[in-house]
Amino acid sequence: MVFAPQPMVNSYSPTLNFSENENMNTQQPKLLLTTSPFLKPRQDTRFIMWQVNLALLPVALAAIYYFGVSAILIIVACVAGALLPEWLHSRFQSAAISPLKDGTALITGLLLALTLPPSIPLWMAFLGGVSAIGIGKLLFGGIGYNAFNPALVGRAILQAAFPQAMTTWAPHTDLNGFSVLRGDLFALPFAQRSVDAVTEATPLAKMKFDAMITALPDLLRGSTAGSLGETSALIILLAGVYLASRRILSWRIPVSILATVFVLAGVTYWLAPDTQPQPLFHLFSGGLMLGAVFMATDPVTSPITQRGCVIFGIGIGVIVMVIRLFGGLPEGVMYSILIMNAMTPLIDRVAQPRIYGTE
Amino acid sequence: MFSFLEKHIKTFRHGIHPGDYKETTKDLKIERMPFADEIILPLSQHLGGPSKPIVKPGEKVFRGQLIAEATGFVSSNLHASVTGTVRAIEPRSHASGRMVESIIIDKDPFSPQTLFNERTIEWEHLSPNELLDMIKWGGFVGLGGAAFPTHVKLSVPDGKRARFFMVNAAECEPFLTSDHRIMLERYHAIFAGIRICMKILDAEKAYIGTEINKMEALELLQSAIPADLPCEIVPLETKYPQGAEKMLTEAVLHKEIPSGQLPIDIHVIVNNVGTVAAIGEFFQHGQPVIERVVTVTGPGIRRPANLMVPIGTKLSDVIEYCGGLHEHVRQILYGGPMMGSAQMVLDVPVMKGTSGVLFLTDHEVVPRQEYPCIRCMRCVDACPVYLNPSTLGMLAKGRFYDEMMNYHIMDCMECGSCSYVCPSNIPLVQRFRVTKVLIREKLAREAKKKS
Repeated sequence: MVFAPQPMVNSYSPTLNFSENENMNTQQPKLLLTTSPFLKPRQDTRFIMWQVNLALLPVALAAIYYFGVSAILIIVACVAGALLPEWLHSRFQSAAISPLKDGTALITGLLLALTLPPSIPLWMAFLGGVSAIGIGKLLFGGIGYNAFNPALVGRAILQAAFPQAMTTWAPHTDLNGFSVLRGDLFALPFAQRSVDAVTEATPLAKMKFDAMITALPDLLRGSTAGSLGETSALIILLAGVYLASRRILSWRIPVSILATVFVLAGVTYWLAPDTQPQPLFHLFSGGLMLGAVFMATDPVTSPITQRGCVIFGIGIGVIVMVIRLFGGLPEGVMYSILIMNAMTPLIDRVAQPRIYGTE
Repeated sequence: MFSFLEKHIKTFRHGIHPGDYKETTKDLKIERMPFADEIILPLSQHLGGPSKPIVKPGEKVFRGQLIAEATGFVSSNLHASVTGTVRAIEPRSHASGRMVESIIIDKDPFSPQTLFNERTIEWEHLSPNELLDMIKWGGFVGLGGAAFPTHVKLSVPDGKRARFFMVNAAECEPFLTSDHRIMLERYHAIFAGIRICMKILDAEKAYIGTEINKMEALELLQSAIPADLPCEIVPLETKYPQGAEKMLTEAVLHKEIPSGQLPIDIHVIVNNVGTVAAIGEFFQHGQPVIERVVTVTGPGIRRPANLMVPIGTKLSDVIEYCGGLHEHVRQILYGGPMMGSAQMVLDVPVMKGTSGVLFLTDHEVVPRQEYPCIRCMRCVDACPVYLNPSTLGMLAKGRFYDEMMNYHIMDCMECGSCSYVCPSNIPLVQRFRVTKVLIREKLAREAKKKS
């Protein structure tokens, strides 16, 4: 058991000695004056952040399995990019806690890496990490104050700056292709990219532009083209179940996102069964699972009430399907989460809890 | 028999599970603590106006004799808890941290300490108003901790009706076991007290709400209900703050007390089980509130115990009786760890509202770093009155007190669930307490200006 006094008010130690019995320890101890509650569980914010990192580990390992050394290099570049502004910030501003230790920059770096294609040049990944933390988080005031998911801010900047690199997908392999680089990873900044890399379209792009449907087992296993974390829906789902069971993420957000997508995909399939895929295809393809489990659930940028979380999740699901069905892009998870991040203060306004004893 | 009750466990929504830590003392019988040489009786041990002394220094007083009278309706009588001589009436240390006018009595070392005017009161023949006057005379206050005068609580305002009498035996504070022991050892007095209170209120039905971590007590009470008493034992989930009036009525009756109103507005009167037992014994022996059961526990005390302590016994005497302190004691609390108050000195007396004394050591008292709020929703999910502590906490930090009114800060009952669950260690309830005082002062100033 752990008790935590909240901030110390005063420490008081009078030298009163009332007992004449020398053997008995009844002397006035040095007492700490704080106010209740005095009981506190051990889990703190740092613990939560490291738990998220732990849950991301198998997802990262799956990326490494499918994309080999390229995945490792991109993850390292993104994390290094994310840590740099945090480190500079903590050097020049006397932060109460070392932001490097709280694990949040690591989450952002990892998540950003998982949204990038396996062939992206490393300097771009690094730049993405720097802008994710620098622009997406520190400019807003650091942990707890950012309006948008930092990893997605980093990805949006990369998408705007390097549209071609961000939409070129190398095919996956297994451990046999571990040491093969998936693209021109070591390209110099702003150098012309070599164009002879092998590419493959993602399942969503195949569906949208070529009307080819990828089989469901491949989507679940992750043996498809896509960004690093867009691979195994099953592993991400299990990681989400783990976090939800430890009450670290609000299960209402992923469940309402996935349910909305499933229902809308079901309606489109029912209307046009010849051209539209099965609803489960929409659930397990693209970045939906990663976004629903790890990005939309970022507590800082999602609503603070249970009702708000459901509204938030439905909004994301609707926007994802609108972009996938009617938009020019094959995938819309990033934009839908960013748009709903912007809506969060509004949702919080309408979805305040009902006060006890009122109608 | 108990499978029936287990199927009907009730509770309120939200709340927290801090763990109960009651194993240490829950099986220890209530011991009677010897009378200390010096007794300190603060004139203000209850909510409301302080009592007015009716004895003078040098005067001899008897155990159970009235020594200070209530001033006004919301106040309480005070009786000598020991036979002896009044040494002085002077300011002494008080559990609130202030110096409070107190009557100091030196024990008469040769007195047998029998009760002054011991008698059985034939309450069946008394009218409800006469019963209420007797309870007022007896100096009864809520013994659960709040110490609100019982005669005020039992006085139903005109035009309102109390249909249900609810006995609060939830004891949701971790560590405390005094109510548990009272139920096991003094259940006859509890049922007697229920009869008297129901007669005063003209109530239809009584409920005793108890958390299921006190299963022995539940079973015993269930088997001991007198056949002619319309009383129901309600098993409750072990959850904090189950013992708050609002939560208890929600759990037992599935009714919410309207915001800003009292239980009586939904025909309910809630009283602590210790108070009810003390009322029952008062009418059996004529003993006013001059002693109470105190749980002395925590890792910092050598011999944890449930003690029957004369009111006014100094904390240092209690420590000495319980074998002294372990090394490295850092905090001594009056009450439980969720709502209790830290003490600074050891010569504060045990008062009517002191349900427990908790000793914490360096091992448990770990200063925590405050992080920024990450809006994790834990406080929103914990708040038993459905406030938004996260937003309120940010507003409090920026001192936006008017904006906090829009977020219903005045509905906060300061249970501390938000501070308990906060992973960022933000002192939420601590800030809300300050805010509520400031808002009340501001409203009072404005009201004054208008008039």
